[in-house]
Amino acid sequence: MAPLLKPMNVPFWRDVRVLRVLLQILFLIGVFLLAGLLYTNMLRGLSKLGLTLNLDFLGNEAGFDISEGIEYTPSETYLKAFWVGVVNTLKVSFIGIICATILGLIVGIARLSSNWLIRTIAAVYVECFRNIPLLLQILFWYSAVILKLPRVGESISLLGGVFINQRGLYFPSPEPTAGLKIWSGFLLAGLILAAVLYIVRWRQLQQLERPGFRAKWALPGFLIVAILGWFLTPEKPFTLDFPVLRGFNFVGGVNLSPEFSALLIGLSVYTGAFIAEVVRSGIQAVVKGQREAARAIGLNEGQTLRLVVLPQAVPIIVPPLTSQYLNLAKNSSLAIAIGFPDMFSIGHTMMLQTGQSIPVFAMIMVSYLIMSLTTSAGMNWYNRWINRIGR
Amino acid sequence: MRKFLFCVSALVLAIALVVPGLAQGEESIRDKVKKRGKLICGVHGGLPGFSFLSEDGKWSGFDADYGRAIAAAVLGDPDKVEFVPLKAPERFPALQTGEIDVLIRNTTWTLTRDTQVGADFAPPTFYDGQGFMLAKALGITSLEELAGASIGVTAGSTTELNLTDTMRALGIDFNPVVFEEIDTLYNSYEQGRCDVVTSDKSQLVARRQVLKDPEAHIILDATISKEPLGPVTVHGDNKWNDVVSWVVYATFFAEEHEITQANVSTFETDNPEIKRFLGKTGDTGKQLGLPQDWAHQVINAVGNYGEVFERNLTPLGLPRGVNKPWTQGGLLYAMPFR
Repeated sequence: MAPLLKPMNVPFWRDVRVLRVLLQILFLIGVFLLAGLLYTNMLRGLSKLGLTLNLDFLGNEAGFDISEGIEYTPSETYLKAFWVGVVNTLKVSFIGIICATILGLIVGIARLSSNWLIRTIAAVYVECFRNIPLLLQILFWYSAVILKLPRVGESISLLGGVFINQRGLYFPSPEPTAGLKIWSGFLLAGLILAAVLYIVRWRQLQQLERPGFRAKWALPGFLIVAILGWFLTPEKPFTLDFPVLRGFNFVGGVNLSPEFSALLIGLSVYTGAFIAEVVRSGIQAVVKGQREAARAIGLNEGQTLRLVVLPQAVPIIVPPLTSQYLNLAKNSSLAIAIGFPDMFSIGHTMMLQTGQSIPVFAMIMVSYLIMSLTTSAGMNWYNRWINRIGR
Repeated sequence: MRKFLFCVSALVLAIALVVPGLAQGEESIRDKVKKRGKLICGVHGGLPGFSFLSEDGKWSGFDADYGRAIAAAVLGDPDKVEFVPLKAPERFPALQTGEIDVLIRNTTWTLTRDTQVGADFAPPTFYDGQGFMLAKALGITSLEELAGASIGVTAGSTTELNLTDTMRALGIDFNPVVFEEIDTLYNSYEQGRCDVVTSDKSQLVARRQVLKDPEAHIILDATISKEPLGPVTVHGDNKWNDVVSWVVYATFFAEEHEITQANVSTFETDNPEIKRFLGKTGDTGKQLGLPQDWAHQVINAVGNYGEVFERNLTPLGLPRGVNKPWTQGGLLYAMPFR
């Protein structure tokens, strides 16, 4: 048997182990060559046009105004302008994700309802909104819905100083006063009370060995202290700044711009339809026997869903849900079509004003990449967490 | 393994083939156009009077006519031109990448564009200025009254920067409403999303024509900027920029000397400069790398500057203003044909 085990004397070009490594090195060299070629080609093209590649322009004065977002003036730098865009993108994506999730969860459950009307309405919603291009939907919400609202002079006025017109939704904004400090004390006391009540209730539930709502005592406790504090504080913690029509536009209060609203509605409704399908499939993936068993031990429809089906559906739902969140964030770049100043739209303006398309494109791509990778890292962590506590 | 080796060698071969292709010497667009037998001209496409597709499917307008003039000079046929409608943000990339040969699209000549955006400018064909359009019913006559107004503007234009600069200088607060597309801009102005729309005055005049009730809108007298609009070529192609520049000068020259589309073929003169212009003597064509009768072709195709203006812009109600020959106190000045 010995001769068979003896290592054979193969030349290295026929040795599979050597070849494997060699080919990988060759492939890597090929990839680097290609990348280098594309890069030098780009540089050559740029120098032909008399352009250079650097980021110095980011420190120059931007000179253009931005319609909404964090504090910014046109005399600030391009970098600051870009940051305004990043914050706007984060804002619309974050709120959009929350709205789409709530909408999707409700519709997804409604699709499985035993009520024919609810089931059908949910199905029609899903099929309509996920089968029409998003750009079309956003343009529809913007020009066919929001811009068709009454003009500024004829605003719809709701109770409590809320105004709706084609320039957006205006509502009073709370302005903190000196009383806020005293009220904060009450809030803190309420929080401590709530924490104590939560633990007491939790212990009780553990002793009874029954499932239940742990914050059943903590929540009312906190609310009672907060409301009592509100009335006991000598000066009201907030005064309301009401929007008033002055000249061309409303001033004061908070304004939800039509561009932001249209984008938010468009993204939420579109992604909500996809999330509804994700939720529905997740619920249906839970073995039917689980549901029947839950009913057999006397849980009602709501309890079955909340205590048995959803906890098992969530681990199935989370991975595809992550993709939907990422899609929503990336789709927010369609803002440019209706003039919402998101990161892409401001980056675009920067490209046009400075001619530095390549650095700006790189900045936009890196920003989206960071956003998406952070989102998926967070969702993966959540997924591991529910999988751990679920088993 | 064989397959893999094959892939790698194919990749190497591809690179070897591509490298010399990319490194090939530069050919002037002038010669490329001649070889192709067709000029590709970037235009606005949605601006009546300057460039728009009329109902019979033909491009018409002031800018379109300049495209035809260049085609006539280079190829001897004003119809050998393909117009490519471009949005404001697309225009410079289209020029840089060679997708279009020349850009004639209400493009303002600025220092940054000349040096940083890879553009070279030919003489302006239209001296414009930025103005403001709003509803007559508002009863507003000056910029100072615009405090707090929502002002609509197109993204990435000089207009956007001028607006911000002017309002900062005047200390007036306003709400910018910025749109990528000119159609979205005027649509939302008409619907009332913005109170005021600002752009080059020529564009405002042209666009007012197609609003529902043109009479209900006025353009303020105030002009806040200089907007010299003209053809643009890619930076670094001097031969091609020469051709485009001299086509523009040819239309100026013809108006100065009252040479028109109708009389160019029969124009009798003893003036040696006009003789050189018409290609009867001299070698202006050879120097530009064009046919001998290039200027004759230009005038024969579109007429002189005044004729181009009257055909396209006068019907809109645009006055000639400073867009007159220098001999009549305007800014149009042809360099000597020598």
